[in-house]
Amino acid sequence: MREIFITGTGIISPQDTLNSSSFLENIQEYSSNAIYCMEPEYKNYIPVRDLRRMSRILKMSNVAAQVALQDAELERPDAINVATGLGCLADTEKFLLNLIENDETLLNPTAFINSTHNTIAGQLALMLQVSHQNFTFAHNELTFEHALLDSLLLLKNGVYHHVLTGGVDEITENTNTIIRNLGFLKNDNISNLELLNSPGNGSIQGEGAAYFVLSDKTSSDNYSRIGDVSFFYNNIKKDTIVEEIIAFLRKNRLKIHDIDLVISGYNGDDTYDSVYRELGSGLFRETAQAYYKHLCGEYFTSASFALWLGVSILKEQIIPGAVLLNRRRSKNIKKILLHNIGFYRNHSLILLER
Amino acid sequence: MSDKIYITGVGIISSIGKNVDENYFSLLRGKSGIGKIDLLSTVHKNEFVAGEIKYTNPELERLTEIPFNSPDSRTALLGIIAAKQALSNAGLNNPVDGKTGLISATTVGGMDRSELFYHHYLKSEKLTNAIGHPCGDSTNMIAKATGITGYSTTVSTACSSSANAIITGARLISNKILDSVVVGGTDALSKFTLNGFNSLMILDRDICKPFDNNRKGLNLGEGAAYLVLESEQSLSRRNMEPLCELSGYANRNDVYHQTASSPDGRGAFAAMSEALQKFGLKTSDINYINAHGTGTENNDLSEGIAIERLFGKKIIFSSTKAFTGHTLGAAGAIEAAFSVLTIQHGFIPPNLNFHEKMEDLNIVPQSELISNIKISRVLSNSFGFGGNNSSLIFSKV
Repeated sequence: MREIFITGTGIISPQDTLNSSSFLENIQEYSSNAIYCMEPEYKNYIPVRDLRRMSRILKMSNVAAQVALQDAELERPDAINVATGLGCLADTEKFLLNLIENDETLLNPTAFINSTHNTIAGQLALMLQVSHQNFTFAHNELTFEHALLDSLLLLKNGVYHHVLTGGVDEITENTNTIIRNLGFLKNDNISNLELLNSPGNGSIQGEGAAYFVLSDKTSSDNYSRIGDVSFFYNNIKKDTIVEEIIAFLRKNRLKIHDIDLVISGYNGDDTYDSVYRELGSGLFRETAQAYYKHLCGEYFTSASFALWLGVSILKEQIIPGAVLLNRRRSKNIKKILLHNIGFYRNHSLILLER
Repeated sequence: MSDKIYITGVGIISSIGKNVDENYFSLLRGKSGIGKIDLLSTVHKNEFVAGEIKYTNPELERLTEIPFNSPDSRTALLGIIAAKQALSNAGLNNPVDGKTGLISATTVGGMDRSELFYHHYLKSEKLTNAIGHPCGDSTNMIAKATGITGYSTTVSTACSSSANAIITGARLISNKILDSVVVGGTDALSKFTLNGFNSLMILDRDICKPFDNNRKGLNLGEGAAYLVLESEQSLSRRNMEPLCELSGYANRNDVYHQTASSPDGRGAFAAMSEALQKFGLKTSDINYINAHGTGTENNDLSEGIAIERLFGKKIIFSSTKAFTGHTLGAAGAIEAAFSVLTIQHGFIPPNLNFHEKMEDLNIVPQSELISNIKISRVLSNSFGFGGNNSSLIFSKV
């Protein structure tokens, strides 16, 4: 079986993660249930004439993709897979609003064109002149992991050598109001760093654009290998989570003590956090544990932040204090397990190796 | 990629029928489903025609044979109906073992309800209609309604979405992640898409005329279709006779423009060539092409040039868009299902409303029904915004 490596990353998030010289040392604290990205000076990356026509989500995506390619020292990937839970929301809202306010007349097509989910991936294909596969996955909260698995299969089949894979979602003011009113968010002025200390339901809304170059070879020993990506469904009548995780490890010829760090998708909502907590004090009690959604917020492709975190930890051999959940620290971090839970009791597992 | 992928079930609901048989008979009789808009609430009701399914949402709910306690999006309802048919056709009525997956495509998801919601939201913040907006929700609803607990995901690549859902499913089977998978797509008519395509000025006010010199644009349609794909092992374990084989596929990008197709059809050419070459097939192996053929100036020119350049003058092709309208995220799957039917029943559906050869082409679509013909291999095209071009090949077993 071919080995698949992550040879480059680029990420725009609510933290200082793009081209940062420090690795999560200056943590941003927000007092809001919607935490927005720290956006770069776009004109340093994108020609001004193009900038005017690009929406915020396209700009974030474009820059993160550029940085990932630079990091991998790659000019052009063979294929592109993008994950986005809600696509180009701002343009979708804009067209919908115009449609309602103008009673379906005199509509400008630009927002409609840009509202399509695959505008993000299509725009990268145009910019980079990538004429091979250009897929967009839009499957709610585990959508990034689905794009990642497809990229893995593309590379394992040997047809492609480099696949650019990203997770992109944006906050808009209206969606924030909507999901707050639906009860999916904590209080308006919660501190993101207190996410796990605020009991009850709801999380904080986040956003981000994270890209990864996945390659079937690497010249650097600094970067991670993706061991496996897998999904399971937990029937509430028969709790099989522990069995499923052990089965996943066994399939990869590993035991629980081989895992140096588990990164879990704690998001402040008891429905999910109670499951992570039970694993943390049970199956993973001897394992170092980390969390991340207090840094990037909860959004449909937030698992892409977790992948960046895992890759960076393997590269730097440091677990930043801001993500560490327990006192266990491994000296030599070789294997990381990422665990994320979506609605409908679907779970994702990603194995990362140095 | 040497393992074969079989198709063992098909389900369709479109404006030409609520099941596979009704769709088949409409294709045979040349009966278009495009007409006056009755159900979609839009100011353009009397201005444009569409391939509208003439069942209200409560009527669709009854067709699903599942009790609903909250309003579901029309997209999800159509998807549930077609996916249940496909599973039942494949004899997989209770796929709760977790080994059957679902890859569904949609472009607007629950937009029909978001439109209602947004209207209220601007005034009163009424929220019940917002929940089904994300594309993945329709997939989750279909999975729940059909008992699928295995791997499920959603693909959204504009008008090629469901062809790409089929490719994604095929890849999961050839890599032995799944044994069987329900693949396809669903999209309901919405004001959003009707007004979107109208703002682009590519809607024909009458029934569309694919590949005709005087074509004026596309008609929107709605519908859903799903295929059940199975591995060889699953087929022999279940002792099933396949309907046909998925014997080739490719997704290529036109790298030309965000919405327009390249004038030389390079992306279409690349997708069709790769689907053949990668799977060891020649152009002469293809008996029929079910073209994307939307009826727009741009698509039919670009696609026609690519077909002619690759296949020459003798190839038989037709577009079925004048039957169903352009069903967006469902189009690739509906036309894949039609391709399976042509192999099963040995016929070629006519390209309706064709009168005059396009000036820039030397080929013309098949405008009359051909029946009693042996079809061994069909190529089906689906193209979308973002330069997204996909081709699928189906073969007789």
